[in-house]
Order: sequence, then C-alpha cells, then structure tokens
Amino acid sequence: MSSNENSEENLPSAQGEGEHGSVERADNPFADPGLPAHRPRVQDIDERAARRSERVVAFLFTLSMIATIAFIASYVAFPVDKIVYIFPIGHVSALNFSLGMTLGVALFCIGAGAVHWARTLMSDVETPADRHPIEADAETKAQVLADFKQGAEESGFGRRKLIRNTMFGAMAMVPLAGVMLLRDLGPLPEKKLRTTLWAKGKVLINMNTNEPLRPEDVAVGSLTFAMPEGLEEDAEDFQTQIAKAALMIVRIQPADIKDKQEREWAHEGIVAYSKICTHVGCPISLYEQQTHHVLCPCHQSTFDLSDGARVIFGPAGHALPQLRIGVNGEGNLEALGDFAEPVGPAFWERG
Amino acid sequence: MKKLSARRRHPLAAVVVLLLALAATGGLYAAFAPAGTAQADETSQSLAIDEGKKLYSVGCASCHGTGGQGTSDGPSLVGVGSAAVDFQVGTGRMPAQQPGAQVPKKKVIYSQAEIDQLAAYVASLGAGPITPTEKQYDSAGADIAKGGDLFRTNCAQCHNFTGEGGALTNGKFAPSLEGVDAKHIYEAMQVGPQNMPSFPDTTMPEKNKQDIIAYIKTVNGDNSASQGGLKLGGLGPVSEGLFGWIFGLGALVAVAIWVAAHTAKAKKS
Amino acid sequence: MSTVTDSQRKAPAGERVADWADGRLGIYGLAKTNMRKIFPDHWSFMLGEICLYSFIIIILTGVYLTLFFHPSMNEVVYHGPYAPLQGVRMSEAYASTMNISFEIRGGLLIRQIHHWAALIFIAGMLVHMMRVFFTGAFRKPREVNWLFGFLLFMLGLFTGFTGYSLPDDLLSGTGVRFMEGVLLSVPVVGSYMAMFLYGGEFPGGDFVARFYSIHVLLLPGIMLGLLVAHLILVFYHKHTQFAGPGRTNKNVVGMPLLPVYMAKAGGFFFLVFGVIAVMAAVASINPIWAMGPYRPDQVSTGAQPDWYMGFSEGLVRIMPGWEINAWGHTLVLGVFIPIVIFPLVLVAIAVYPFIEAWVTGDKREHHILDRPRNVPTRTGVGVAWITLYLILLVGGGNDLWATHFHLSINAITWFVRIFMFVGPVLAFIFTKRWCLGLQRRDREKVLHGRESGVIKRLPHGEFVEIHQPLKPAEMHTLTAHEQYKPLEIGPSVDENGVERKVSPLQKLKAKLSKGYYGGESQIEKPTAQEHEEITSGHGHH
Repeated sequence: MSSNENSEENLPSAQGEGEHGSVERADNPFADPGLPAHRPRVQDIDERAARRSERVVAFLFTLSMIATIAFIASYVAFPVDKIVYIFPIGHVSALNFSLGMTLGVALFCIGAGAVHWARTLMSDVETPADRHPIEADAETKAQVLADFKQGAEESGFGRRKLIRNTMFGAMAMVPLAGVMLLRDLGPLPEKKLRTTLWAKGKVLINMNTNEPLRPEDVAVGSLTFAMPEGLEEDAEDFQTQIAKAALMIVRIQPADIKDKQEREWAHEGIVAYSKICTHVGCPISLYEQQTHHVLCPCHQSTFDLSDGARVIFGPAGHALPQLRIGVNGEGNLEALGDFAEPVGPAFWERG
Repeated sequence: MKKLSARRRHPLAAVVVLLLALAATGGLYAAFAPAGTAQADETSQSLAIDEGKKLYSVGCASCHGTGGQGTSDGPSLVGVGSAAVDFQVGTGRMPAQQPGAQVPKKKVIYSQAEIDQLAAYVASLGAGPITPTEKQYDSAGADIAKGGDLFRTNCAQCHNFTGEGGALTNGKFAPSLEGVDAKHIYEAMQVGPQNMPSFPDTTMPEKNKQDIIAYIKTVNGDNSASQGGLKLGGLGPVSEGLFGWIFGLGALVAVAIWVAAHTAKAKKS
Repeated sequence: MSTVTDSQRKAPAGERVADWADGRLGIYGLAKTNMRKIFPDHWSFMLGEICLYSFIIIILTGVYLTLFFHPSMNEVVYHGPYAPLQGVRMSEAYASTMNISFEIRGGLLIRQIHHWAALIFIAGMLVHMMRVFFTGAFRKPREVNWLFGFLLFMLGLFTGFTGYSLPDDLLSGTGVRFMEGVLLSVPVVGSYMAMFLYGGEFPGGDFVARFYSIHVLLLPGIMLGLLVAHLILVFYHKHTQFAGPGRTNKNVVGMPLLPVYMAKAGGFFFLVFGVIAVMAAVASINPIWAMGPYRPDQVSTGAQPDWYMGFSEGLVRIMPGWEINAWGHTLVLGVFIPIVIFPLVLVAIAVYPFIEAWVTGDKREHHILDRPRNVPTRTGVGVAWITLYLILLVGGGNDLWATHFHLSINAITWFVRIFMFVGPVLAFIFTKRWCLGLQRRDREKVLHGRESGVIKRLPHGEFVEIHQPLKPAEMHTLTAHEQYKPLEIGPSVDENGVERKVSPLQKLKAKLSKGYYGGESQIEKPTAQEHEEITSGHGHH
C-alpha cells in the first residue's frame, strides 16, 4: 500500500500542537492550560499526619512479621490431615486454611505498607518527561543503510550466487533431521482405530460384578456396562483397550425398537452399544429410560437408542456403533463379532 | 438515528428500556423454559390394605386411574412395586403438583405410615420391587473406594462426581444427591424413577448399592470435608472461573484502584 | 567521578559496589535514563502488572510442585490417607498429586495458589488486552507489543490446558480425550497426529510426560522471552496517558520510578500474591480427589474445561453434527469447523489494530489514549467481540445454565447458535449509539456548562436551570481528542477527462472510513467559534 493513499487532510491535527499555538491561546477556550500547580497533601504540611502515616506503615510491616511467625507456627502445630469447621466455609483442612491466611496476610501487609508509604509520604509531585520519536532521524537511517550496503558488498553475498544458493539449500535441509527424529513419537495408525477387543464368542462381563451377563439379568429400563472377557483391570493395556471396548447395555421392549437392524443385532430387546461418543470420544451414558435417549455429558450429543442410536441432537456426526450379541451355550451374553464400524470419534480414513 | 438518539434523554426513556428488557427476558424465559408432560415411573405390587386404597382414591386416582391402570395424566402403577411408591411419595415427588419436564422433589405430605399403606396397596396391583429393609441399605462397613469406582462408572455421568446433579435433555435433570436418605437412594437404583434407568440386583447386587451409598455419604454428607476450602458447588471449572473473576480479579482491580488513586489533598486554607 | 577530591574520599560501600558493577555492566548509564523514569497513574495501567505478578507466582509455585510431582503414567494402587480412593488403581501422576494434596504440608496450598494464579493470569491478560483495545493504546508505535501480548495470551491458554491435564484425573482426562477427537478430525493427517501425540492409541502411557515438558519447559520458556520483550518495549515506548491539562503527545506526566513506582509496583506484587494466597486458603480449586483417577470408560456430567477454554467448548457444543463421507474418507466438519473458528475468534481481535491503521492511514505516533466514546466504531467492534466471547462461554456451560436456571439444555444450545451471530451485531449497534450519546453529552457540557441543579426564575416568569461553565482544564480534556475525516475517493474522472482507476480495495477502504468517521459515526466536537457565540450571547442558551 502506498503511503500517500490517504491524503494528509484526512488526518486531524495532532493533539496539543498546530492550530492551538500559544499565540491563539487567548482566543481558544479549549487550549491546554498546562499542568495544574501541585497541591500538598495533609501529610506534606502537617508533620503529625505524616507521623500517623509512618505509624500505619510500620504497623503493617510488623503485622506481616507476626503473620509469618504465625505461618511457621501453623506449619508445625497442625497435623496435615486435621479437618476443622470454619463458618461459613465448611469443613476444611486446618493446615491449608491457616497457612493460606497467614501467608496471605504476611504478603498483603508488605504490599499495603509499601503502597501506603508511597501514597502518603513519598513526593506526589507530577512531573512531565519528554518523549522522543521512536523513528531514527534521516541521518542515522542513511548511515545504517550505507553500512549495510557496504557490509553486504564486502560479503559478496549478492555476487557469488553459488555460495548463496548452496547456503540456502543447506539451511533449508538441515531442519529435516529434526523432523525425522519426531517420527518415532508414535506408531502409524494403520488399522488400529478400526478394531476393538470384541470378537466372536467373547462373553460380556458386567463391570460392576466382573461376572458374565445373562439375558435374564438385564431388565427393561435398566442400564449396565460391560467389557469383553479376558480384559483385566490390572492389565498393561487396560486403559487403551477399554477406551475402545466400553459397552453400554440396555433392554428395550422389542416392539419399541424402530430400527430393523438394531432389532436383529439385539437379543430379545437387549441392545449393546459402544459407550464411546462418536463426536470426540467421551463415555456417553446419560440414558433416559423412558425416552430411550442417551446424552453425552461433554457436548450434549443425543442419540436415540430405540432407533439405531441415530443422532437426534448435538454435534456428533454419526450413530453409535452397535455390537451384535447373542447367547452362548452356557446362557451368557456373547458378542457375535467385533463392531462393524470403528468406534469413537470419526477420522479421515474412517470412510 | 439522530432522532432516536435525541429521545434517549426523555424522562420516560429509562422506563421504556426497562419494560422492553423485562418483556424480552420474560419472553425468552417462556420460550426456553422446558415444557412437556410429566411421566411418573412404572413398576409395582403386594398386600392389599384398605387404608392404602382409601388414600389412593383420594390422592392418586385422579391421575393414575381408580385401579392404578393409568390415565393420560399418569402412568399405570401395576407392577411398579412398593419401593417405587415409597420413593416417589417419600421424597415428595408424588403427588405431582404441575406438569413439567420432570417431577421434582418437594415437601413430603404423607406420614411414613400412610406411605407404607399406599405402597402396600400399589404393590397388591402387581409384583414389583419391594421397599428395602434397613439392613439392605445400611452402608456401615461398606467399601467406600469400591463405591467410588462404581459411582463413577454408573452414576457420575448424570449426577456429577460427588452427586451434585446435572442436566439431561429438554429440561430434564439428574437431581442432587445431597441429603437424600440412604433408603431413597437404594430405592432409586432399584426401580429407576422417572427417566433414571434402574440398576436391579441382578446387575448391581445389594453389596454394590451399599458401597455406592457409603461413597455418596462420605463425599456429600453433612460432615464431608472440602479440604481446600469453599466447595463452590462442587461443579468444577465453571464455578471456579466465576469465583476467580469476581473475587480474584475483582479484588485485585479494587486494590489496583487504591494503589493508583491520588491521596486526598489538603483543603485549601 | 575521578577528580582528585573524589579519589581521596573513601566512597561508601554501596557506591563501591555500584562502581564495580558499572565498570563491568555500565549500570550508571542504564540508571541515568531509567531510575527516575516517569509513569502515569491510572488504575487500568496496573492490569498488566496483575498478569506479570501472577505469572511470577505461577513460576514460583510451579517450581515447588515439580519437586513432588511424578510425571508418569505407570499404574499404582493408592494406599494414601484419602479413604474414598484406597485400593483404587491410578497413574503415578495422579497418586503424586494426591500426595501433594494430602501428605505434603502446605502442598495443597501451593497447588491451589498455582491454579488460582493461573485463572487470574489469563483473566488479567484478557482484561488488560481489552483496556489496550478500548483506549487505542495499540496504535503506532505499539503494534508489535500488542502482538507480543496477544501471543502471550494464546500461549497462556495452552499452558493452562497442558497444566490442568497433568494430574490425570477424570475431569482433565476427559479434556485430553477431547483433544484426541479434535486431532482425529483434522483431514488427511488427523489420525497420524493423534498417534504421534499420544505415542499410539489413546490414552497410552506417554501423554503426561509429554505434556509435562511442554507445560514446565517449552511454553513457559517462550512466554518468559516474550514477557521480557513486552516489558522492554513498554519501557522503551514510555507509557501512554489519558488526555488532560499538561499532557500532550510529546510528554508523559506522572511520578518517578524511584521511589514512588518502585514502592507502588513492588508493593503491588505482594498485594497480588497476598490476595491469591487468601483465595487459596478460602476456596477449593480442582479437587482432583473428588473426581477420581482417569478411566476412558468413566465420565461425570458437567465436564468443562477451565474458563479460558470455555468459549472454544461453546463453539464445539453448538456445532451441528456435520460429517461428509465420500470416496472412502470422512470429513469431520462437526469437530473441525469449531476448532478452526476457535483461533480465528482470537486472531480477529489480534489483527484489528492493523485494519484500523489501514483505514485511517495514520502513520503518526500516538501516546494519548482515546476515551472509548470518542471512537464509537472501534468501541462497538470491541464490545461485539466480547459479546461473541460471552455468548460462546454461555454455550460452553450450557448444562450448568440448564440446571441452575431450570432451562432446557437444547433451548440454550439453540439460543447460542442464533445469538452468536445476532448478539455481536446488536451489541455493535447498541454500543455505537451509546457512544454517540455520550459524545453529545460532552459537547453539550463544553458549550453550555454543567447543570448546576439551581433553578432560577426569570423576571418574566420563566424557570431556567443555571449552567456553570467548565474549568479550562475540563474544557481542554473534553475537546482534546482527534477527529478524522472520512476518506474521499474523489471524482472517478480527473480534470483532463481521463478515467481514474479506483481499485476495489480502495473503495472498501473509503467505505470503511465512512463507517468509522462519517457523520453517522461521530459527533463534531465544538469549535471555538461555536463556544464563543454561545457564551458571548446571553450567558447561557
């Protein structure tokens, strides 16, 4: 953008200069009358008031010292687990409260003392200081430009193009070494996000009891959470596996299930859906048993479990994946395979 | 624009603005306040007690039907069980006062004896969960930590980490568990009142329920400690943020005003 | 300094130390220009100090916390004093945070000071930034410092996020999972980014250690550098000041660094620290023991980020669930769009100074602050931005609004969806008109004086209120602001009848300029002539 796009006349005259020259000051009612004369404070003219201020400052500093001693005393005196009732705060840690209050007072009083000192006893005469333009004057600028030109010429940077180009090349390439080193931050995604621990024949384990779930255990209107058999809480990869495999089990009167595939993949109205929200992966399980809606507590995506868990509100982009279940020979609920689609948040390769 | 601007100094301008603001607020509230029909729970059963039936026909029959078969105003009570009655009437939710997204808890208007009679009558209409005995919901000696784990798996998603309650869809909500009787917590898990799912003994055994009650009573009872100081509602970062802004930054700005202000000048003599 | 008498005299110890340092560091030269440096007094100039001091407090307490915190995700079984977690599996990060809170004496206090100071730090930066915005302190020569400040704000957000994720509790873990979902939504490279950040599938065993070094080393290191640069520039430019008698664009009026500001600013550090320590004594923050250790299959309602991330949370919550599936790929717009808008909301305010400078074409230095009313368009833009920010914050807390005001969460979401567009526009119009009203009042005051409240009855029976003329200082203050004239493109044909080329960019600029400084957007300030006509007439009106 060129510098003369805005003609100067659009700019107002700067404050306190130009037309408000001293000649016109008499005619201009808005002229700057200049800094008002300093008016003394009580402390400036009355030594007793000044001494009062001095005592207040000294009192504050002394209070700070006492508070620090109280801090040390509290640290020594209160056991770390002592709970006391303090109105109106409630049942709180005696140590936390006493340490915090004493430290707070010790610090605050130093500050208050210093500020009171500055406000009442140090000079409060306002003085102006001149500003100088940030920009260099023309002479300095010309000198710098000349110096730069000379330096650049002496280096031969512009003339010896081979040096320049290879240097740029080297500088551009060397960071690649650093980028390479980041490769082992993690494995490639491959198919990891597409599969879970569920597989044909895996029994559904009730997360409350660690026992297999039986269809007769699951009542209409109830809510149960399940994990695949063989997954132990103390397993190395428990967190990573449960992050995908967590399952939510509800039972709906088969006649109330609107979606045909859902009814087929269910067992006598017992439906098993992924507990992991398809939006960004929160465990979704705010199940309303009358409406069959399930709400995510993070971003309020709402799914209808009686209609293929389709999204009826909120930012989730697709339905919760359903796990196809049946009953094995021992009468326990089992998976009839892994989820048909990736669970959890969508990603580019999901398709 | 200029005309309007000039009129803002009219003596009535403030009144007009206030009325507009009130109307807008009221209108917005009316638009957003959840509407819908209340549905009470479903499940029932047991002994026939004439007293219960009498109480029922006076207090309940208008919505739930003379024989508990349900009407357009209230669901059937056949098979809801005595536990459901004890919960709904014992927490004051029933009799319901007005239609809304959900029937909230209120002042209890029946005595426990009357509630037992009502429960016995409703239980006689069809088999359902039975009011728990004191031994069942007594949480003495239960595993608090296991209860915490169960609570976070089964309950916290709606009732919050320590049972402070939370929002559900379209104006429904999971109520706070603060000060709720152990019996009523037990019953709620058993029967699943209103939109709450049930957690029957088959999937969540009695022992688990006791653990959960023990956990709730430990972290959200009358004497629960909040080690760090004010609990700020136990609601997490939103209330912490508000407190930080109002009391933290507010106090600091007040201090800054004091620091920067000029000390009073001596009066001109 | 080295006269004969000087060398004979034995200098006091302090002077000798200073001499020693001067010989090596040149401190006398520095002190000459800076020791009596003048700072103007205004409470709003101390907002930046709140940020500076809370940053120092965060560093002090943070260093203490590193002495006890174990940034490890190895699983341990808890056997500490907090009964409701005994025997529960958790990461070492969580267990060591429990240790800090329950077994280290004063550990809980320091944790709470650290976290409260972080909330105040970012809140302070936002308020400081708004002060600079509304008073036009970002104008030349301070644009670069405005950007430094903005970067500090952005980095502060991410330092906060990585910080509260470290204890690996159920609430912050939910936030970390959210982060995974966000990364996955990035087209083409999303799943690679997620795998690389978490060292494999979520949650893996790496993120606490990685976030730790980002939180305690990388981001604070950059911030410290920016902070120093920010302060150097504040010193170098000298502070801005409000218009008033004796205050011009070429001076700065106030009190000297030594002693007044040394005492006031130094004291203010202790005041800030004291207030935050009392907060930490009185109010609990992030009680991780109540939340339990993180498990990817557990969650609590009311899952919110700390307040400063709340507006991005709002964006994510109100977004419709758009998802495009084509050619075997998925475009997760429902997550990706809000995450792109999130930085844009912030960048919008960051680039504003450059847009305004382009519209005004003003290349002069500005050291006198604007009163917000005198620049209605800028003030309107600022208020519109804050309105957007607040509406999104409401969206981010929609569940708590629902439970506490007995509203429907769906209705609130719809309200935010609509009002994030409508609200800022209304706020802009409302603010601009309010500013114009205030400008009119100032003009009246200058021309007619202040309403004294004294009613006088004239001989012919009319009642009038006596207006007292303003003092010269007030007259000057109320008329000291500059008023730009809107840019004219001029005739499209020059005097020789040749068509002049006017680029669309120039047309836009003229349009914006008119919006900023046209007759509808500012009230002409009174001229000396107008004033004279009125005052020389009949006293008042």
